[in-house]
Amino acid sequence: MSTPTPQKPKKPAMSIEKAQKARRKFLQSVGLAGGVIGLSLLGYIPVSSAKTPRLRPPGALNESDFLSSCIKCGQCVQVCPVQAIKLGDLNDGFGVGVPYIDAREQACDFSCDAVQCVLACPTGSLTYKKPEFLKISDGAMLAAAPILKAKEKDAESTLNLKERIGVARLARPESCLAVQGKPFKGQTRGAAFTGKMRYMDVDRWKPIPIRDHPYDLELCDLCVQACPVKNALELRPVKGADGVERMTPTVLEPCVGCGVCEMICPAEPAAIVVDARAPWKA
Amino acid sequence: MSRFTELFMGMLGAAPKKPEKVADKVQKIMFLKYEDKDRYIKEKLHAREHHNVSHKWRNRRWAVLLAVNLLFVLSFWLDIQILEGSLTASRFVGFHLIDLNSALQVMLAHKHIIVNLFIGTFTVFLIWVLLGGRTFCSWVCPYHLLAEWTEALHLKLVEKKIVTDHEFHRGTRTVFWVLFGLMSIVTGYTVFETLSPTGILSRALIYGPGLALGWVGLLLLFEILYSRRAWCRYVCPIGLTYGAVGAISPLQVSYHVEHCFHEGDCRKVCLVPHVLDVTVKGRASEETMGLGPDCTRCGLCIDICPTGALRYEVKGLSKLL
Repeated sequence: MSTPTPQKPKKPAMSIEKAQKARRKFLQSVGLAGGVIGLSLLGYIPVSSAKTPRLRPPGALNESDFLSSCIKCGQCVQVCPVQAIKLGDLNDGFGVGVPYIDAREQACDFSCDAVQCVLACPTGSLTYKKPEFLKISDGAMLAAAPILKAKEKDAESTLNLKERIGVARLARPESCLAVQGKPFKGQTRGAAFTGKMRYMDVDRWKPIPIRDHPYDLELCDLCVQACPVKNALELRPVKGADGVERMTPTVLEPCVGCGVCEMICPAEPAAIVVDARAPWKA
Repeated sequence: MSRFTELFMGMLGAAPKKPEKVADKVQKIMFLKYEDKDRYIKEKLHAREHHNVSHKWRNRRWAVLLAVNLLFVLSFWLDIQILEGSLTASRFVGFHLIDLNSALQVMLAHKHIIVNLFIGTFTVFLIWVLLGGRTFCSWVCPYHLLAEWTEALHLKLVEKKIVTDHEFHRGTRTVFWVLFGLMSIVTGYTVFETLSPTGILSRALIYGPGLALGWVGLLLLFEILYSRRAWCRYVCPIGLTYGAVGAISPLQVSYHVEHCFHEGDCRKVCLVPHVLDVTVKGRASEETMGLGPDCTRCGLCIDICPTGALRYEVKGLSKLL
């Protein structure tokens, strides 16, 4: 300020107390850094040890690419007309805030026709067309654009989807009503179930709760009826181990892995399930 | 070192320095200020007496913060579709907006940038260059608001000598920024997003609560019991990213040494008190000085200053008017 300082005096050596304080502060800072980084890396455990992979929304990149590119904003959640998409929680580790589908609770039945979630995604985690450098895993590519039963009579009847997100599988044939040759009558999944689906004979643009659409079937073929994709699922006579032919839901190549069959199946637990990210095997 | 570099280094963690040269005009101001001690004390008391203690800027800021977050929530809940998404990425009536730090982590982890990601990031970049970078922290971030409330609790406990504030080195945040960036590159996962209370809170508000809120609770508890505003001060890379972006911003809080009595109330309420180092007697080198990029433009110092020595300013605008 106003008094000019003469020659800079020698810096006094730091007092022991001050040095100790600085040292403590430094160590505490290192501790803080180590602690937070360590905690953040814990997120790797659920990712690496996941026994069953999550079913991701249609158009999702391969799992590791999906986790790295997703910005966790939930715009896909907001556009889904049947609210099929949920966001991962902290027990998903790095997958916190990343969208997934719990098909048994609410599957994607492509009510939106255009795969709105893909349109909404700002980072290309969900995409119509993968960039060149991302490889397509074996068995994920669909042989042809899937034909949406709901759009079958439209000029453009296909769904803009190149890869499947999983494959359906008859996991528990013993509990399948069709295999047992049994009928089905009433609300599938009961009166408390909140899952929705669109029924073309009700309203093309307004999905309704499944409980509001009771069935009366001589032989249960709910999964085949509900499947939104043409020629993806059929009831076929299949010979069992005992040599007896029984009508059996059979998954075919066009299956995209949406999980509607798993949602609609009246058996508890579901006889037919979707294996997330599973490849198609002929 | 230029003032700009010095402020930037200060944001990265360097301790503020005494000025090498004080402008003649400032020397004169200081001389006149302290020429007559009695007059100085009288003036000081006079200013205190006539200070309308208000929370004007704090209230405005809280209103904006709540409004922005509420707009996110209502856009989804009532399906009014004005601001869709969450704080990490959204669409404002169709225009992509993407949080700069989240975008950075995704770009580093995924190593591929699509057009929408670029557009959204660039738009948000421009917004915060204009509005002052860390303005995001105090005017938008929901964690900031919660932390502000729990900070009051922390200060009460400190006052009663039940807890003490443990300060960490401010450079720790810079280390975090680098480490989180490196981890994104190396692991290919957006590691920081797993812990980010900003993202977690924003999603919890919009899509419903979850386990992740437990982590946010722990952070707040740590701040109450151990270290004041620890996450925002020493950890959060979002703050540093926005700080860097706002370094060239025209909107800032400026300090006018002429009106200052150097009492230091402003530094006591500040989240980043090192930016107010210029208010220490003898530290100001110019008549008017910007507080620099680490300032969150929260306005707490403006509210508390009894003499109006701290003000919001838009660089260049005052000259124009």
